[in-house]
Amino acid sequence: MKTIINGIIKENPTFVLLLGLCPTLAVTNKFESSYIMGFCVLVVLLFSNFVISIIKKLIPESVRIPVYILIIGTFVTIVELLLKEYVPTLHKALGIYLPLIVVNCIVLGRALTVASKKSVGQSILDAIGIGIGFTLALSLIGFIREIFGTNTITLIDGLSEVLEIGKLKYINVINLPIFPINILASPSGAFLTLGLLVGIFNAIRNRKGRGKLESN
Amino acid sequence: MNLIDIFITSILTGNIILTNFLGICPFIGTSDREKNAIGMGISVSIVVTISSILTYLIYHYILVPTDTTYLKTIIFILIIASMVQVIELLLKKYFPSLHQALGIYLPLITTNCAVLGIALLNVNNEYNFLQTLVFSIGSSIGFTLVMYLFASIRERMETSHIPRCFKGAPIALITAAIMALLFSRYGG
Repeated sequence: MKTIINGIIKENPTFVLLLGLCPTLAVTNKFESSYIMGFCVLVVLLFSNFVISIIKKLIPESVRIPVYILIIGTFVTIVELLLKEYVPTLHKALGIYLPLIVVNCIVLGRALTVASKKSVGQSILDAIGIGIGFTLALSLIGFIREIFGTNTITLIDGLSEVLEIGKLKYINVINLPIFPINILASPSGAFLTLGLLVGIFNAIRNRKGRGKLESN
Repeated sequence: MNLIDIFITSILTGNIILTNFLGICPFIGTSDREKNAIGMGISVSIVVTISSILTYLIYHYILVPTDTTYLKTIIFILIIASMVQVIELLLKKYFPSLHQALGIYLPLITTNCAVLGIALLNVNNEYNFLQTLVFSIGSSIGFTLVMYLFASIRERMETSHIPRCFKGAPIALITAAIMALLFSRYGG
C-alpha cells in the first residue's frame, strides 16, 4: 500500500519526476483520450515490470536495455492491436502516441530502477502506483484543458460503442455555460497547463516540507 | 502535398517539439546551455535522417510485402537502437573529436521519441521516399532551431527573478507555451 501511494504522490511521474511528457502534452486535449492513454501506460507498465522482474537473472548485464525495450515493445503492440480491433475511434485519437509508449521514459525507467532490482511483488505494486499516478495526472490535465478550452466534457464517447451503455449516452458530452479559453485546447495550452500545475504542485510540496522542518 | 510545403511546415507551423510534442525530454532536460542544445540538435538530426531512410526502405520492401506491418513499432525501435550503436562506433573510430563532442548525447537518442515519432509519422502520412527525406530533414532543422532558441532564453532567465516554486521545469514549460503560440501563428 505504501508503495502504491508513493507512486501516486511522492514520486508522481508527471508532476514530480517529469517523465513521459510527450503523451502527457499530446493527448490531453480531451478528457477521455487522457485517461485511456493513462490506462494503456498502466497496463504496459504492469506487464513489462512483471515479466522483467521474473526473468531479470537470465538477462546478461550488457544487453539489458535492448532486451527491456523488446519486452516493452511486445506489450505495446498487443495493447495497440487490441485497441485497433475493439475501439477504433480511440485508436485513431491516440495516433502515433500509442506506439510511442515504447520509448516512454516512465516504463523504461521503472524497468531499470525497480523491476531489475526488486522482487516480483514489489515491482507489480510499484507499477500499479506509478500507473495510477500517471493516469490521475493525465486525467487532471485533460479535464482542465477540455472544460476550460472547449467548455465541454467528454466522459465516454469512443468507449460507449464497446460497453454498449446506451442509457449513459447523455453524459457523453456535456455542454457547460463557461466562456471557452480557446488557447487551452491548442498545443500551447498543453505546455501552459502542465507548467502551471507543476508550479502549484511544487508550492504545495514546499509548504509541506517547511511545516515538517518547523515541527521538528 | 508538394515538397516545399512539407519542408516549411515541418520547420515552423508543424514543428516537431512545439506542435507534435516529440522530443520533450531532451527539450526540457538538456537545453539549459546553448552549446548542449546545438550538440543534441546535430546528433538528433543525423540519427533522424538516417533512420527515416532505413525505416522507409524496411517498411515498404520487407514489412508490406510480407504483410507484417503490425510489427512496425518493434522493428523500428530495433533499427533505431542498433543504428545509434553503429553511428557511435563509427564516430569513435573515424572522427574521435566529433565523438568527444557528441558522445554523451548519442545513447540518449535511442529513447528520444522524436526519432521513432518521425519514422511513424512518415508511415502514417503515407509519404513517398522524397517526401520522407524532406520531412525528416525539415523536422531536424525545426528541432535544432527550437532547442537553440529555447536554450538562449533559458540562459537569460537564470538571472531573472522567478518565484521559487516555478524555478526550473515549470517556467520552462510556460516559456515553451509562449513559443508554441508564436510558432503556430506562422501559419498566417
